[in-house]
Amino acid sequence: MGIYESLNERLYLDKIVEFSKKKKVPVFYGTIWYYLGGVSLFLFITQVVSGVLLLLYYQPGVATAFESVRFIVSKVEFGWLIREIHSWSANLFIFFVFLHMFTVFFAKAYRKPRELTWFSGMLLLFLALGFGFSGYLLPWNELAFFATKVGSDIAGSIPVVGDFLLRLLRGGDEVSGATLSRFFGIHVAIIPAVFTVLLGIHLVLVQVQGMSIPPELEKVPEEDRRYMPFFPNFALRDVLTWLIILNVVALLAVFFPWELGVKADFLAPAPPGVKPEWYFMFMYQTLRLIPAHVWFIEGELLGILTFMLGGLIWFFVPLLDKKAKVGERSKFWNWFGIILIIYMITMTIWGYLV
Amino acid sequence: MDIILGAGFFAWIGAVLYPIGKYLVPPKVAEMSVNSVEAGGISEFPPSSSKIVRFGRRPVIVFRQQNGDFHALSATCTHLDCTVQYKSDTEQIWCACHNGLYDIEGKNISGPPPKPLMQYQVVLQNDKVIVTREEMT
Repeated sequence: MGIYESLNERLYLDKIVEFSKKKKVPVFYGTIWYYLGGVSLFLFITQVVSGVLLLLYYQPGVATAFESVRFIVSKVEFGWLIREIHSWSANLFIFFVFLHMFTVFFAKAYRKPRELTWFSGMLLLFLALGFGFSGYLLPWNELAFFATKVGSDIAGSIPVVGDFLLRLLRGGDEVSGATLSRFFGIHVAIIPAVFTVLLGIHLVLVQVQGMSIPPELEKVPEEDRRYMPFFPNFALRDVLTWLIILNVVALLAVFFPWELGVKADFLAPAPPGVKPEWYFMFMYQTLRLIPAHVWFIEGELLGILTFMLGGLIWFFVPLLDKKAKVGERSKFWNWFGIILIIYMITMTIWGYLV
Repeated sequence: MDIILGAGFFAWIGAVLYPIGKYLVPPKVAEMSVNSVEAGGISEFPPSSSKIVRFGRRPVIVFRQQNGDFHALSATCTHLDCTVQYKSDTEQIWCACHNGLYDIEGKNISGPPPKPLMQYQVVLQNDKVIVTREEMT
């Protein structure tokens, strides 16, 4: 008996093969969007592999974190490459997750029966941002130290639970070694564990429900629609895309390395140019622009409450977009998405210019 | 029976989550009662200079104006917790994170800071610059 037959008897591989043969991908102007989820997945895998490699040398702790990262990039063979790949793939990961989210949004792929896929995807996005926020502090450099102070202070401004959240995040009242230990645990254990479970759910949902098509294509009769088999046609294109992305990451890592900066110092003033990661920049710039008080409310609090409300609305879009439920495009939600993108891009550029 | 089992289940969940939740919140550590710290010798503060010193667990900025006057303020920006710095050219306190400005008395004068910086007293004693929480007698 061959290996396949032997495994088939135990794992019912025939059923998986049968499912794979039937799996097909719609071919239309937006087929390219289908690669974005796969690219995000590939970058996540790159994160895991490079992150595990970094773990072999990284030592959390105020006295050792910065020094161990400096050791990795300056003494360990190809250590600089592993760190750069981790940093660049992290940034590209967030970028592609956002791109994936917006294409799903404009394709109305969140409509019934895919609401749960959207919700799980949004939770994955929040966790991805958590990955970014917690990982930013780990090299324990000056910029990361102040970005974490600002970020955790923003969390601390949330009404009712703010103080609790602040102490929970910082492991005390101030950003200190306790914060670094927490962020390390959150970054390498807690978020990866939750992320993996959610990712599994997200992928199962995608497999069960198949690829979504935009509402207008749904009106085309089935016999006039075009498809390509997932195996091998789409899968090979997927792999090719991943290969291109890996090359892009390698090129960025070699030619545009991320500076390690100077070690965080509790008694040093915040240097000019303190900024969060680019994906938090639109919120950071907004907070910078809001005056100290707007009417009777503190500007900072107003900004945070607005972002929380915006995030909630975005999260529950599948339930709020009544037209998408009946297979139509809503002009309101389209404009909502367009204005949001313009706002995010404008604020991000503005944030870097000032 | 269902009610008993259901209640038992939720009680069990609570019994598991409660200690975990409590464990995650760090214990309150009593702050060392600090009433004064030595920021250094007077000679370490030429006119238009500043230094950040630790006052208990908090940073305090001590600065000397062009005219020789000393001041000390909390170094933590009241906006989002960044550490401020002394701008000797304009004689103001500046937070680089969000471009917040305070005057030398710690009053918030521009940008997003919602409150003034807490003031400390500076006492010059035996060629030393001493920062205190209260007026020294």
